[in-house]
Amino acid sequence: MSSPRVMTYSLAINEALHQAMEADPTVFLIGQGVKSPWYVGNTAQGLLDRFGPARVIDTPVSENAVTGAAVGAAVAGMRPIVVHPRMDFMFYAFDPIVNEAANWHYMSGGCSSVPVVFWGIINRGGEQAAQHSQALHGMFAHVPGLKVVMPATPYDAKGLMLAAIRDPNPVVFVDDRWLYGQEGPVPEEPYEVEIGRGRLVRGGKDVTLVASSRMVHEAERAALLLEGEGIGAEVIDLRTIKPLDIDLILSSLDKTGRLVVVDGGWRTCGLAAEVAALAAERGFGSLKAPVVRVTLPDCPAPASAALEKVYYRTAADICRAARKLVTGS
Amino acid sequence: MTYPKEKILFFYRQMLRIRLCEEAFVDPILKGEIRTPCHLYSGQEAVAVGVCAALDERDYVFGNHRSHGHYLAKGGDMKAMAAEIFCRKAGCARGRGGSMHLIAPEAGMLGAAPIVAGTVSLALGAALAAAIRKDGRVAVSFFGDGAVGEGVVYECLNFAALKRLPLVFACENNLYATHMPIRECRVERDIWEIGVPFGIPGEKIDGNDVMAVHAAALRAVERCRSGGGPYFLEFLTYRLRGHVGPDDNIQGTHTDIRPPEEIVAWRGRDPIDRLADYIVAGGIATPAALKEIREEVRQEVAAALEFAAQSPPPPQEEVNLYVFA
Repeated sequence: MSSPRVMTYSLAINEALHQAMEADPTVFLIGQGVKSPWYVGNTAQGLLDRFGPARVIDTPVSENAVTGAAVGAAVAGMRPIVVHPRMDFMFYAFDPIVNEAANWHYMSGGCSSVPVVFWGIINRGGEQAAQHSQALHGMFAHVPGLKVVMPATPYDAKGLMLAAIRDPNPVVFVDDRWLYGQEGPVPEEPYEVEIGRGRLVRGGKDVTLVASSRMVHEAERAALLLEGEGIGAEVIDLRTIKPLDIDLILSSLDKTGRLVVVDGGWRTCGLAAEVAALAAERGFGSLKAPVVRVTLPDCPAPASAALEKVYYRTAADICRAARKLVTGS
Repeated sequence: MTYPKEKILFFYRQMLRIRLCEEAFVDPILKGEIRTPCHLYSGQEAVAVGVCAALDERDYVFGNHRSHGHYLAKGGDMKAMAAEIFCRKAGCARGRGGSMHLIAPEAGMLGAAPIVAGTVSLALGAALAAAIRKDGRVAVSFFGDGAVGEGVVYECLNFAALKRLPLVFACENNLYATHMPIRECRVERDIWEIGVPFGIPGEKIDGNDVMAVHAAALRAVERCRSGGGPYFLEFLTYRLRGHVGPDDNIQGTHTDIRPPEEIVAWRGRDPIDRLADYIVAGGIATPAALKEIREEVRQEVAAALEFAAQSPPPPQEEVNLYVFA
């Protein structure tokens, strides 16, 4: 048997788009910069040449109208993917995403649905400051009717993009520019990663590290460091943050009794708070220690590289939190 | 321009279906039997009927908060609408949407929503879908004069023009954005002219003259259908009821701040009366024949209201149903 093919995270997304557009003529890609590598990296490469400008639509800077158009096209039977090359730009599109798409199936009594993918790229670092760095997955996850996925690996990037496109509901697909160069095995044939199903990355008996997207890799690094100290850290990659794979989290907690929730978003009312609340509500009996959150502080993203260094959380922060939980120091 | 007798009588029947429905809701609203905010369409019937009669069944329409008329004119089922307005299980949105979210996908009425201008971009997307599929469909976006205060409308004008999408911008200018007279919302220029900087032609039409509305809608639809791109129609009209509810308040308190003489003047331009006069004067039908149509419609509306009032509410254990497809 030959070893599995390895490709980068961004090209895995690209392959998903090619395969989805080839398989289904109702799939189209729309958004700012879809023909510019400067905006969307190589995720859209080759699509315009292959599928033409009718289905690969670069747009004027009009996030509200363009996102609304994707929603309306979905209502009219298409399966659009609308890309926001920086998530921050999606605030202009909250009305079509939240007021319309998320509510649509419910407020139509189930007679209409919105199979659209809202693809938002987290694009932080590089002294880009507060409006070019935000991770907004927690805000979307708050809204009924939206699903939210955050792949950490190339395999999941392809499989979750394909699943998001085929899902009959609006799905917010959040990726992270910092992951685009990440390499990993990606099967050539189309496949889906089930939305709502997390992944046990590695086993451990002392503490559970729950993470998503880029922070999964920081958690993995932390687990390796902790292993050297004799602490067994179990790492869970949520993959989907709405709906959460609650059973996976609780079964791990049952085993370890300790929980560190790691999130690349803000602290208050965020994803980490939700996971911690679930642990308190449904895993209280398993807990040997308080749940700890490792998140961004409740502070906008700074520009200065010196400040960025202390703003973003790393494996060291996770180690510190886990070590304290397990050893008390 | 004249039309076959059947078509003109169809206009009359459709306008009456809307009017008598709206007026039949007044009493249940005042009694508290209907609680969902109803933005009654009385007075504006010529717009929905004249425009939708220019469309095929497969064409798309998106409405706004005041869309009972759009729904009926596009072919939505009256009983399902009445039941939705009573928020019952048999409603077109299973009691989840109420008056402001009427929908009939099978008739091309793709939906309505009360976020001002919120569905303009959705109609843009329906037109985009038609353009990608090259299926010849046309989309119509119904919105009010208040909606042109929203920035997204201008984004939509630009994108529709840029991609030559088959989209009719149908602005119902009833002179008031809720309580705000239009002169307090924008300088006095014709609304249809907002399409001009984007290269979108348009015109202002007497929105209480169904014949004029229909003729303009045919021009717009023809342009869209033949690949000419979007078109802007501004219909000058007037609501004969309050912004929401029979008066300007759903409880029926008199809060209509419009000048009484203005209301009286517009009652004199009632689109249904005008069409009836045209029909009788032109010998298209006799007053007795019109009376017969009215009686048929009255019975249809009464049956719809009775169906709605007797329908059960949605089961409480199904409150979470339809969050996800």
